[in-house]
This record gives sequence, structure tokens and C-alpha cells, in this order.
Amino acid sequence: MKLLYFAWLRQRIGSAEETVTPPPEVTTVGELLAWLATRGPGYAEALKDLSVVRVAVNQEFAQSGDPVKAGDEVALFPPVTGG
Amino acid sequence: MIRVQREDFDIGAELDKLTAGRSDIGGLAMFAGLVRDFVGKDKAAGAEVSAMTLEHYPGMTEKRLAEIEAEANKRWPLSASLIIHRYGKLTAGERIVLVACAAAHREDAFAACQFLMDWLKTSAPFWKQEDTATGPRWVEADAKDDALAARWKK
Repeated sequence: MKLLYFAWLRQRIGSAEETVTPPPEVTTVGELLAWLATRGPGYAEALKDLSVVRVAVNQEFAQSGDPVKAGDEVALFPPVTGG
Repeated sequence: MIRVQREDFDIGAELDKLTAGRSDIGGLAMFAGLVRDFVGKDKAAGAEVSAMTLEHYPGMTEKRLAEIEAEANKRWPLSASLIIHRYGKLTAGERIVLVACAAAHREDAFAACQFLMDWLKTSAPFWKQEDTATGPRWVEADAKDDALAARWKK
């Protein structure tokens, strides 16, 4: 699974992109975020308030209960501020 | 048409290109967003901004902008539409975004233009970081923008 991080999530996690293999019990966006938060202090800090974390799976906005699987591109970012 | 680019754009030239050779367009509405040199309600109350860096999600950005543009064309009978959004480092006063909608009548052009900006603000994956006197600062999403986008939900 390819993970992408943008804006302050990228800065706090300390990486823009990585490939991970989550444990098999991780099947949803919510479970993926919970697992990521255990991977180190940067992750925990970046993911401590999920109300300001948005997720896209394969470049489509996704909610906590939406499925994730091997091979997906999952992006984590703050609420968007373009325009 | 949508474009995501680092370079500046010429508003006059873009609008000319959009309407060139057309005689069915009665109204052309446009909005341009620029880098403002202060944070907050007014210049006196807020911190100064010298520049801003726009980050985006290549791939998803183009996809979202195309979807938003298609949605506008479904809702209003547009003769032509254009979205240009820049990324990278922009100094105060520089152009960030251009949205233009052409239609036979002005109501459709105005409404579609406003819709595109409201949707773009809340669903296109761009993030702004401002350079202020006290250091860089990520711009936070504004609840007011969500409210503006919500009025088009139906």
C-alpha cells in the first residue's frame, strides 16, 4: 500500500511518501489511521486529532469506514485550503 | 478546460482564447484569486504575509478539478469554462487562481463561476502555507467556506 502525506501531516510524519504493509486486520480507513498512529511519535502527533485529517483512497475522498486493501494509494492531508 | 501550473497566466489572453470565434456567448463571468499580504479581517489587525507556498496532490488535483467543472456544466448551460490553478511559491500580489464561465445569459455565467470557486475551495487538494513575520504558517480551512459550498448541495 502506497501512502502519501501532504502539508503539515507530511512535516510531522517526516516523509512525503512510503510503502507499507499493514497487518491483515487493517481493512478500513479508520483502522489504517489507528495502526499508523502506533508507528512512532511523529505519526502519533500528526494523527492525534482526526477531525483535521482527511483521507483519499485512490484519489477519491474516503470516510473512516471505507475499505482499504493492498495496492491502494492512500493519501492523508489536512482540510484543503486552495482557491 | 482545466490547468494546474507553476507559471503565471494572463487573464486577458485567457478570456480572449476562451471566447475566440464564438458568437453564441452573451455573458462571461470570471473570478481571480490573488495572494493577499495580510492574515485576518483587515491589514491593521492581522499579521503581514510576504509570500505563500501552494502544495497540491498531483493526479487527484486534476481529477477533482475536472469533476467540479463537469458538475458545473451539468447544472448550467455553459458555452465554455476554464479553471487555472497555480502551485509553488507565490509572492504577495501574485495571481493564484482563475475561474471563467461563459454562457448565453449572465445569470448562468455568474452562478456557475461562484459554484466553481466554492467547490474548488472545499474539495480540490491544495494547501497554502503563508510566510509571515513570525515564520511560516499553514492556512487553516475556514468554516465559512464549507457553508458557502453547502448552499450548492442538492
